[in-house]
Amino acid sequence: MSQRSDAIAMRQEAHAPVARARRSTIDTRLATLLLFLPPALMLFTLFVVLPIGEAAWYSGFNWNGFGKPTRWIGLDNYRFVFDSRGFGTAFKNNLLIIVVSLTIQLPLAMALALILAERFRGAVALRMLFFLPYVLAEIATGLIFSFIYDGNYGLLASIYRAFGAEAPHLLASTQTSMLAILIVVVWKYFGFHMMLFIAALQGMDRNLVEAARIDGASRWQVLRHVVIPLLYPTIKLSIFFAVVGSLQLFDLVMPLTRGGPADSSNTMVSFLYNHGVSRMRVGYGSAIGVILFVICVTFAFSYKRWFMRNE
Amino acid sequence: MSFLRTLAFAAAVSTLAAGAAAAQTTVKWLHLEQNPAQVKIWDEVVRRFEAKNPGVKVEMQFLENEAYKAKLPTILQSKDRPHILYSWAGGVLKAQVEAGVLEDITAAVAGYKDNLSAGAVEAFTIDGKIYGLPHNVSQVGFMYNRDLFAKAGVDGGTIKTWDEFLDAVKKLKAAGITPISVGGQDKWPLHFYWTHLAVRLGGKPAFEAAFKGQNGGFEGETFQKAGELMKQLVDLEPFQTGFLGFKNPQALGFFADGKAAMNLAISHHSATQRALAADKKGIPEDKLGWVNFPMPAGAKGQPSDTLGGVNGWLFTKGSPKQALEFVKFFISDEVQRELAKNNFIIPTFKGSEAALGAVFMQNVAKNIAASNYHQNFYDQDLGPSVGRVVNDAVAEIAGGSMTPKQAAKAIQDAFKQGN
Repeated sequence: MSQRSDAIAMRQEAHAPVARARRSTIDTRLATLLLFLPPALMLFTLFVVLPIGEAAWYSGFNWNGFGKPTRWIGLDNYRFVFDSRGFGTAFKNNLLIIVVSLTIQLPLAMALALILAERFRGAVALRMLFFLPYVLAEIATGLIFSFIYDGNYGLLASIYRAFGAEAPHLLASTQTSMLAILIVVVWKYFGFHMMLFIAALQGMDRNLVEAARIDGASRWQVLRHVVIPLLYPTIKLSIFFAVVGSLQLFDLVMPLTRGGPADSSNTMVSFLYNHGVSRMRVGYGSAIGVILFVICVTFAFSYKRWFMRNE
Repeated sequence: MSFLRTLAFAAAVSTLAAGAAAAQTTVKWLHLEQNPAQVKIWDEVVRRFEAKNPGVKVEMQFLENEAYKAKLPTILQSKDRPHILYSWAGGVLKAQVEAGVLEDITAAVAGYKDNLSAGAVEAFTIDGKIYGLPHNVSQVGFMYNRDLFAKAGVDGGTIKTWDEFLDAVKKLKAAGITPISVGGQDKWPLHFYWTHLAVRLGGKPAFEAAFKGQNGGFEGETFQKAGELMKQLVDLEPFQTGFLGFKNPQALGFFADGKAAMNLAISHHSATQRALAADKKGIPEDKLGWVNFPMPAGAKGQPSDTLGGVNGWLFTKGSPKQALEFVKFFISDEVQRELAKNNFIIPTFKGSEAALGAVFMQNVAKNIAASNYHQNFYDQDLGPSVGRVVNDAVAEIAGGSMTPKQAAKAIQDAFKQGN
């Protein structure tokens, strides 16, 4: 009896510090929350949530950006956006950029990564070289390429002239302006995806590859059935970055073509700038912004839900 | 003792600092001028003004033309806004006045404004109140290279009608010369063609009617015809290869390098082209000709009607009175003459035009003086939202992606959507 009560007492004594400890963990966690959450939440509200709300509000007005918006026109701005031929082209261009990113840029990045992840002389230097375009500022890249493409004085023009031919003005034709931009996009961003893949390849368990080799798998079989499946998480991430980046493409377009000629090379964001901001049609621009936001959010959430569930 | 000395020193320093703070007023002046030769003169004017007005500092800020237009609404509503702003008057000015971001200077310029050309001041007057001071007027016309014209056997002096002009283009092409350079990516250099054709075809009544939405507005006969005549020109492929990828400074440089025979220019571009040439000299004065925009057959407008700009300076709300003082100093007979002598401007100060250096700039000044209808650039006059559509639509006529009819409709639609 006394032994038992001793034991109970001991257990109770033992409980007390645990409970105290638990309470104090809750206390510290609460303190942490109170201390660290508000600044982040405030910044997020101030710079993300509020502007989104404001844009949605402005998109209901016919407003030139001066003073306060007063002329409420309901959903008319959205109708104007969907009616305009330019927005359709911009949307198609965005899709085109996504398709090219996924079918040309990513396979290229992957192939280079598979080669450059190996250790050989010059691998590091080559990695650096391919990564450099990504480091370059977008505007600078755009300007450099606008000089390269220039049909009179550009690099391309001198190459054509060396063969005795007249250079095409890629940026000045509705047929080729988008092609010219796509080339720059692939050139600029493949290095980034390559680096992602290299990092993943280097973090991979080499034993699995060796085991497959010992089992008699060919190089192709190793690649197809071991390496690429192990890269799936990175591929998914890479696709995510490529799509979101493509949707937001703007700063390469402006120095190259400004979306022209005849709105042929606008992306949705440059369309927003050209038709909303520079025309002082804030309501109209906001409507485009809201549409773009909805597209991005829908993509981000559904992609995460369906393809990145396990990460 | 040493304590007293420190105290005295501190007192002296604080008095000095206070004195400096009280006397120092900074006037912030935002301009778009790209020509270094002209900016150099402006710099000197600033220094002269500062010397005469101790304690006032004029700070020059620069923005590129297109960047300025895009940033303007934000600039005007920021706390750090400049005091003196560049303006083309017209619908953009009207929007700014309605938003209440500009200073009404009617009373402050009461006596002074009589020194300036009445028409130019009128452009900055809205509902009887003056909001800006004009310092330059300009005319749009064909600037041409006399040597290239001679080579193709074209006499610039005889071009009076649209058909004669098209013939000249054909002759130049036949001689292997690029007839016209144009900055198609900027679009507004192309909109001059359509606009000026409309000015010629319909004159003042057509524009006023369209502005009120009568006669089919900008979809009406005059404006469709303007598009069709422009199409006649475009079909001759008169522009340099890749013109839709050229910004205006590049196109002016192309002309200045002697690679194209003409440029439909604003009169002061005759000076700008020199700075933009590869050799920084460009086409010298005596090799530069000027043709007024030709008259199409059946035109209802007068040959004396002109298309061009009125450029001036606005004052943002709450700017110090020294800002106005500076602009008055800037638009004085002395400074206007100096700028006119170098052919940078057609002065607005009465009598200063006598100083104009080049013969053809004198002619341009006479043209503007003789004009009963000086139409401001459409892209400014119609306000930013409609004006930009005019630019877009006309660029599409030039690029062949819109018919004249579609272009006129696009403009009218934008005008109806308005704001």
